[in-house]
Amino acid sequence: MNIFWEQVGSGLVTGGIYASVALALVMIYQATHQVNFAQGEMAMFSTYLAWSMIHAGLPYWVAFALTVLISFIGGIVIERVIIRPVENAPVLSVVVVFIGLLVIFNSLAGWIYTYTLKSFPSPFPSQPLFGFRYVSPHGIGAIGVTLVVLVLLYAFFRFTPLGLAMRAAAQNPASARLVGIRVGWMLALGWGLAAAIGSVAGMMVAPIVYLDPNMMSGVLLYAFAAALLGGIDSPGGAVLGGFIVGVLENLVGAYVIGNDLKLSLALVLIVGVLIVKPAGLFGRALVTRV
Amino acid sequence: MSFKKVLTPAAVAIGLVVSAAPAVAAKHYGPGVTDTEIKIGQTMPYSGPASAYGQIGKAEAAYIKMVNEEGGINGRKIVLMSLDDGYSPPKTVEQTRKLVEEDQVLFMFGGLGTPTSTAVHKYLNAKKVPQLFLATGATKWGDPKHFHWTMGWQPSYQQEAKIYAADILKNHPHAKIGVLYQNDDYGKDYLKGLVDGLGAKAKTMIVKEVSYETSEPTVDSQIVQLKGSGADVFVNITTPKFAAQAIRQAYDIGWHPVQYLNNVSNSTGAVLKPAGLEKAKGVISTAYIKDASDKQWDNDADMIKFQAWMKKYMPNDDPANNFNPYGYTVAQTLVHVLKACGDDLTRANVMKQAASIHHLKLPMLLPGITINTSPTDYYPLEQLQLERFDGQNWELYGNIMGK
Amino acid sequence: MMEANATAALSPAKRLTPRLAAWAALAVVACGLPFAVTGYHTFQLTMVLVYSIALLGLNMLTGYNGQISLGHGAFYALGAYTAAILMNSLNVPYWATLPASAAVCLVAGFLFGLPALRLEGLYLALATFALGVTMPPLLKYKHFDAITGGSQGIVIIKPDAPFGLPLTGDQWLYFFTLAIAVVLFVLARNLLRGRVGRALVAIRDHPIAAEAMGVNSSIYKSLTFGVSAMYTGIAGALGAIAVQFVAPDSFDIFLSISFLVGSVIGGISSIAGAVFGGVFIVFVPNIASQISKAAPWAIYGVFLIGFMYLMPGGVVAFLRVATAWARRCFRKAG
Repeated sequence: MNIFWEQVGSGLVTGGIYASVALALVMIYQATHQVNFAQGEMAMFSTYLAWSMIHAGLPYWVAFALTVLISFIGGIVIERVIIRPVENAPVLSVVVVFIGLLVIFNSLAGWIYTYTLKSFPSPFPSQPLFGFRYVSPHGIGAIGVTLVVLVLLYAFFRFTPLGLAMRAAAQNPASARLVGIRVGWMLALGWGLAAAIGSVAGMMVAPIVYLDPNMMSGVLLYAFAAALLGGIDSPGGAVLGGFIVGVLENLVGAYVIGNDLKLSLALVLIVGVLIVKPAGLFGRALVTRV
Repeated sequence: MSFKKVLTPAAVAIGLVVSAAPAVAAKHYGPGVTDTEIKIGQTMPYSGPASAYGQIGKAEAAYIKMVNEEGGINGRKIVLMSLDDGYSPPKTVEQTRKLVEEDQVLFMFGGLGTPTSTAVHKYLNAKKVPQLFLATGATKWGDPKHFHWTMGWQPSYQQEAKIYAADILKNHPHAKIGVLYQNDDYGKDYLKGLVDGLGAKAKTMIVKEVSYETSEPTVDSQIVQLKGSGADVFVNITTPKFAAQAIRQAYDIGWHPVQYLNNVSNSTGAVLKPAGLEKAKGVISTAYIKDASDKQWDNDADMIKFQAWMKKYMPNDDPANNFNPYGYTVAQTLVHVLKACGDDLTRANVMKQAASIHHLKLPMLLPGITINTSPTDYYPLEQLQLERFDGQNWELYGNIMGK
Repeated sequence: MMEANATAALSPAKRLTPRLAAWAALAVVACGLPFAVTGYHTFQLTMVLVYSIALLGLNMLTGYNGQISLGHGAFYALGAYTAAILMNSLNVPYWATLPASAAVCLVAGFLFGLPALRLEGLYLALATFALGVTMPPLLKYKHFDAITGGSQGIVIIKPDAPFGLPLTGDQWLYFFTLAIAVVLFVLARNLLRGRVGRALVAIRDHPIAAEAMGVNSSIYKSLTFGVSAMYTGIAGALGAIAVQFVAPDSFDIFLSISFLVGSVIGGISSIAGAVFGGVFIVFVPNIASQISKAAPWAIYGVFLIGFMYLMPGGVVAFLRVATAWARRCFRKAG
């Protein structure tokens, strides 16, 4: 039984990784109605920036704060400079631009930092708290940070005028402009926030999986699945989706079908859920008027 | 008999002899060779999931640069044309065909990966182009009877695994073995070696085998499974990133088996340090190359020379990365073969020289380990030494195993 | 006014000639190239044709029918492995593997398309993404090792020219692939320019109106998935024969993504776009490597973004605009 809980614990830790990236995906989706496939690579690149700062001698939390800030600004710049010219292009063309970004970030990271593994420090204590061995202290800390970000995000969208303006700009740009919302800057802000969330995700993930340019490549699919499972327009759903995917994958691999096919089975299950509940567990079903 | 009648045939005879003499010392060039350069080709994964291995190509190129700056080989510079194949066999085929048919290289050198090298294996042998010193430990490359033109370099995976199997049988005969392996040709080749090495006892001793894909973020779940199986010996067949995760996770969840780590991932600086040096205490591995991040070689003259080379030719790279001394040493083997060819730089002679290396000692190889090949032995390196990590350094122990 | 009269005054024959000349020139070039270039380049051209067929399948599904697929690499893999297994284990001649791959993928695509009917947009993207990611582990699954060769893959022998024709293996394979490509393209053209094509587009743009007009959406969508998979599967078989090797990790998710990228860049709702996409997939990575040894994929990414800025509708849309503009300039000048 011990082993079962250890699997659940380790599943919650990887689930936390998926949840945090899924949050960034949902953030971008809520702001722009697009899924940014380059999200993982941007997060990885931000983490490398943090690593450079820590390596240069800056204390952890200073580097952390600076990285979040730089990522925020970087996200805004990318939206204004790179995404803006293709705003009105067909959806798939924008997807190709995202893929272009993905490839650029990955390649630049490999070129600048090489592919040798780097370790990234954790701000959390290394001894297990209260002897709780199922999840490491960093794992608990990372999950905690994800939940804090989630709450902040939820509050932002629900209770602040800016959050409302962003949702309006994404859902109905034309009407939003009519009421005076600067739609372009709302999109940019959305990208900035998503990049910032992504950088936090990266810095929480790196101590667990170690920092290398391909750190996030495997995570993107899971994060995408998690976001859709929870409902692409629900931040809470995305986080819950992440934990479900993480634990499900571990349990399937350990008890059902073995590691070779656990990815396939997990995905089949998720797609199955989506067929039954197309909007995800907590998403709102879209009703199109004829 | 007039004097003239004797003179003419004699003159002709002398003339023939005189003109034949330079032919003996003449130069024989294959494609890609001139008086000033030797062109060789290579495919490496500089992008994609295996891009970490591209570092080997980088190191080899840097060593060749040094050789060229010091005058080249017999007055010729080596031109290494290394192309990216992204670890994708169709791309390897394309790039290899380009190098052979368009760029007319003399031979292919140090290609990385088993599926990628398999894709061009038949083609290169059919075209009689040497496929030398492949950067993979797959056992199948040492087959001179069927594939005269292909040769590996490093000790094969199966051989290494058999050494671990022998050690387990000797020191832990009642062990319950748990294996973590990468789900590809490299991982499976190791596993086969382990199973073969354990012989009849494999079925009873191996209690759990778990695999992972390189696309997975962590192997933490797999380690939990191994712990749950009750194994007390852990055979860790992973690449560096996952090796570090596995070592750390095993320690963190309170599982302390006797651990055997494959030598692809035993760098102190690049793997054990990120995992946590105290967590790697007691891990057993094998080595044939000196670890540049291990303090025991700090005063070794060859290591000092290597570090100086890295500083000059690869200043932004990490000496702790095992791929760097690996690439350095393979490149030295290449230089040895090319030097031995002299002015007979044909493909046939390159292969002949590659298959006649006797007791070649190279600076970064462990003392006592040499490179040996013959027309029936296409395994240049077959020796390994066991080592145990004491929390700070790797301590070599036992005899050098292998031929 | 005068311009309209001028064109009307041209006889049909005169109007057709430039077009016919263009097609004839293309045919001459296509047939002549293998004799003018090395075996390596002929191999590359064969791969361009192979990817064009694969992209044509994707264009049918995603461009004409609006069903996004991020997993077409899986069907390519299925076709490739079918061909490889038949040739290797059952000694089936290479040309006979094509109908087999086609059949297998047609069925597989249709079966996937059925449950996918319930999924739209992002959700379908995820499902197809999942399909693409699942393929390598499935191919490596140890219980299938005996047939699939596991991680080691399967080596295939390239066919020689039949009937003792004086062609090299590469040249023969090129012409074989070219012939198949022409047949498949003509078939697609007839399909997509007719009733079926109109139904597909209607389903894409106005699904509810299409249903109201009697178009059986479910059948069309599932069948389109099947036919699309079939095309990509045939391409996979041809590709396997050309490369002479299949291994699970050749067919990873990046292949599926490359297909999508190639389609979009060529022009996803067009037939000719598939060919431009094929050219892009084969040649642009090499060009990127030549520009930058250190970070070639960064250059590739820049190319992607640049193409989308200049030609958001793909090369075909761009050419259409460019030729219309050129024609206007000629008319004004002439």
